Amino acid sequence: MTNDLTKLTIAEARDRLRAGDVTSVELTEACLSAIDAADALNAFVHKTPEIALDRARAADERLQGREEAPAMCGIPIGIKDLFCTEGVPSQAASRILDGFRPEYESTVSRQLKDAGAVMLGKLNMDEFAMGSSNETSVYGDAVNPWRREGDATRLTPGGSSGGSASAVAADLCLGATGTDTGGSIRQPAAFTGITGIKPTYGRCSRWGIVAFASSLDQAGPMTRDVRDAAIMLQAMCGHDMKDSTSADLAVPDFEAALTGDIKGRKIGLPREYRMEGMPAEIEKLWADGAEMLRDAGAEVVDISLPHTKYALPAYYVIAPAEASSNLARYDGVRYGRRAKLAQGDGVVEMYEKTRAEGFGHEVQRRVMVGTYVLSAGFYDAYYNRARKVRTLIKRDFEQVFADGVDAILTPATPSAAFGLGEMSESDPVQMYLNDVFTVTVNLAGLPGISVPAGLDTQGLPLGLQLIGRPWEEAALLNGAYALERAAGFVSKPAKWW
Amino acid sequence: MSIDKAQAAHVAKLARIKVEDDALPALAEEFNTILGFIEQLNEVDIEGVEPMVSVTPMRLKRREDVVTDGQMPDKVLSNAPDAREGFFAVPKVVE
Repeated sequence: MTNDLTKLTIAEARDRLRAGDVTSVELTEACLSAIDAADALNAFVHKTPEIALDRARAADERLQGREEAPAMCGIPIGIKDLFCTEGVPSQAASRILDGFRPEYESTVSRQLKDAGAVMLGKLNMDEFAMGSSNETSVYGDAVNPWRREGDATRLTPGGSSGGSASAVAADLCLGATGTDTGGSIRQPAAFTGITGIKPTYGRCSRWGIVAFASSLDQAGPMTRDVRDAAIMLQAMCGHDMKDSTSADLAVPDFEAALTGDIKGRKIGLPREYRMEGMPAEIEKLWADGAEMLRDAGAEVVDISLPHTKYALPAYYVIAPAEASSNLARYDGVRYGRRAKLAQGDGVVEMYEKTRAEGFGHEVQRRVMVGTYVLSAGFYDAYYNRARKVRTLIKRDFEQVFADGVDAILTPATPSAAFGLGEMSESDPVQMYLNDVFTVTVNLAGLPGISVPAGLDTQGLPLGLQLIGRPWEEAALLNGAYALERAAGFVSKPAKWW
Repeated sequence: MSIDKAQAAHVAKLARIKVEDDALPALAEEFNTILGFIEQLNEVDIEGVEPMVSVTPMRLKRREDVVTDGQMPDKVLSNAPDAREGFFAVPKVVE
């Protein structure tokens, strides 16, 4: 019985909670035991059972069979470690924030809390959200609940929101928050057979979320299906005075938009996404997805996004540049960890030792690359050039949308989940290629969603991505809903943990 | 453009990250791999293109310039590695 409770979708749990059929305490206890039994996945890195049960009891009070209780009321969820949560460790999976307990709550997690959602704990991730495999975490790797058929190799759940993906796929929580700077919601969602949406830049407040690259970062939900993504996104987004880039726009009813009717909608297939050396399985999945949308009444057209090739290199200038600036605050003075100093060490030694000890290898590398591209003499050649290319990448999308395209269909990732450690010998650029289909969306500030659409020959999930027009998450979610219904993906990982 | 050991040391210094001497050659090599990847941007014709400032065009909101927060030194200092008498404490900065 308890096991079945953790498998409920948010929509099912909401309906049963409102009907008084199940209590939030029952749901929460079921999730807490599932979490305790899943340490092998290393998804939850700070468990908060007491907070969870307190909030579950409060949610049950609030529910009392009330139909008008918020949709997220009583729903047990996980929060990525990147979100500041009041009084609860929030260290962005970094050693440098060891012991940090924020005195405040991020806007997104506060909105979820105010809606009655129950926080079960904090979720593993790549350090400062820099990574595509959850292997840069100070907590160690998060592990994918999926395995290749007949093979016990530990696989990555993707990154950076790897703990969120693993926890939702393994039924440890009903949904989780993620953040996405270059693909960090959509790639792990695809690797674990779940749904993840990055909304339009500005839809969710970034206040209280540890900043990586401020012009690219967006929060979003990671859930079992599209309906749940609509419900949870609804609770997460909206205008916030504390984030000057958050949009003062009305938030539509996302769930109400899920009709599955996409007749006459124009779906673009960008030819530049047909990468050289793309595995045949990915190519087939993509073609199948296009066919499904066509069968559902959409018009599928070939389109061109000519600057696609330059998105990753532009990203690897802009994101490290912003990171080097954002991460300057970790200096061993105001919060987190300070290195042990030698006799006579001054303030500069304190900074240098603290940052050398506190930041992991990938974070150091990106901070230094960012420092370099912003330094005198290189600013124009690298940073300004990348920002101009970014303008062109956004213009590509604007052109296509102006031509009447409603959404764009692409693969979510260039491969299925790979083994932990398998990429450790390659140069950093090989790892960066994971984001090749997702990063354009961040650079253009658009909404994008990853939907599980099939299994590869080794039995691992593969995802498709739909990209929408700015602020049209409702239509995007509906397109994803149509795709989800046509794909009929129901596989779950066989429990081994 | 290629980065040598001395330049790598300079970048580490600017970033305030201590890098041991023997780690510098490998670091320089990593920089070169990444910069080599970034060099592709030189193929793009950017003549007359404005650098992106804001991805979603919007006017920044204004608010009244008044104090809305404060009077919580304990909260501000609660996470400091070293706080004394209501201040952050750091090693000696001036002789």
